[in-house]
Amino acid sequence: MPFKQKIIAVLMALGLLFFIIEVVRRRKLREEYAWLWIMVGAIVLLLSLWENLLNALSRLIGIQLPANTVFYFGLMFMIFINLHFSVKISLLTNQVKRLTQELALAKKK
Amino acid sequence: MNSADPRAKRTLVLIPVFNESRSLPGLVGAIRALQPDLDVVVVDDGSGDGSGRIARDLGCLVFSHAFNLGDGAARQTGFLYALREGYDYVVHLDGDCQHSPAEIPRLLGELWTGEADLVVGSRFLGACAYRLPLAKKIGMRIFSLICSGVTRRKITDPTSGFRGLNRRALLAFTEGYYPQHFPDADVIISAYFQGLKIREVPVTMSASQSRDLHRGMTIIYYIYKMLLSSFVCSLRMRYPTAEAANDRAL
Repeated sequence: MPFKQKIIAVLMALGLLFFIIEVVRRRKLREEYAWLWIMVGAIVLLLSLWENLLNALSRLIGIQLPANTVFYFGLMFMIFINLHFSVKISLLTNQVKRLTQELALAKKK
Repeated sequence: MNSADPRAKRTLVLIPVFNESRSLPGLVGAIRALQPDLDVVVVDDGSGDGSGRIARDLGCLVFSHAFNLGDGAARQTGFLYALREGYDYVVHLDGDCQHSPAEIPRLLGELWTGEADLVVGSRFLGACAYRLPLAKKIGMRIFSLICSGVTRRKITDPTSGFRGLNRRALLAFTEGYYPQHFPDADVIISAYFQGLKIREVPVTMSASQSRDLHRGMTIIYYIYKMLLSSFVCSLRMRYPTAEAANDRAL
């Protein structure tokens, strides 16, 4: 990876990490959801700094172009995090349902 | 039903409604006339047509959801009320006049004698006083077969909304799973795996006075939801033992 690209990749990763920490600090993102994104930031940073890691990983799983390894894991991550959100939305839906029921019972008319 | 029966005092008639302002006065009037000893509760599931207000004007106790949750959630709100107020039996019927209040004693008969924990009023054992579209008939038959296969007893009308429950079933459906939408075959399967005694009794069903819930794309969602939900309920393969139900009732 050319030096210029490396600098951009590292800056992007640091920017992402900074943004995540900042939204947690402002209480706009809860800690239990932040860890997934911190992990993403850390992995992006690690891969930008340690180029051979991506090459070794690509060889290990049989992907010829390292860029495809990034896309593959990126896509997998997106699928898993969306599934995670669907589970959370289901939980919230159940909680909203129960709260609405309790409110109806409390406002007995 | 003997009107002086002390069990009537411990029985609640539950009507979950969503936009049933037209049919509600007639239905409540009929219940009052035919079953004067039974308490009536209406759960207004976020109606936009003033159903809740109409029910209050009719003198019913009304619980109103702030917004529409689903027919299952509306029933469950009624179950929670019944449990907390110490009722032992609940009969719920749809607010669209499909079910006849005159047949409430048939369901209560099974509950009061302890023959069943969950009683389902079946139009296929009794009479269906309207023409069911063929597609619907086939769908109902498929769910009836699935339900009968899993529970190993003949369930003819798993989509019926005319049902009776005792306290044991109320506990199972408030502490455990009760679907927010379309509580049909999956409820019966879930009840079976929780060791509840299920019975069907013949009833007569008339045509609904409201718009059909199962229409357009909803019917596709309904089939998908019911298949998945019934399958998942069957996976919770706890053997239907009396002990399990007793533990729950304690």
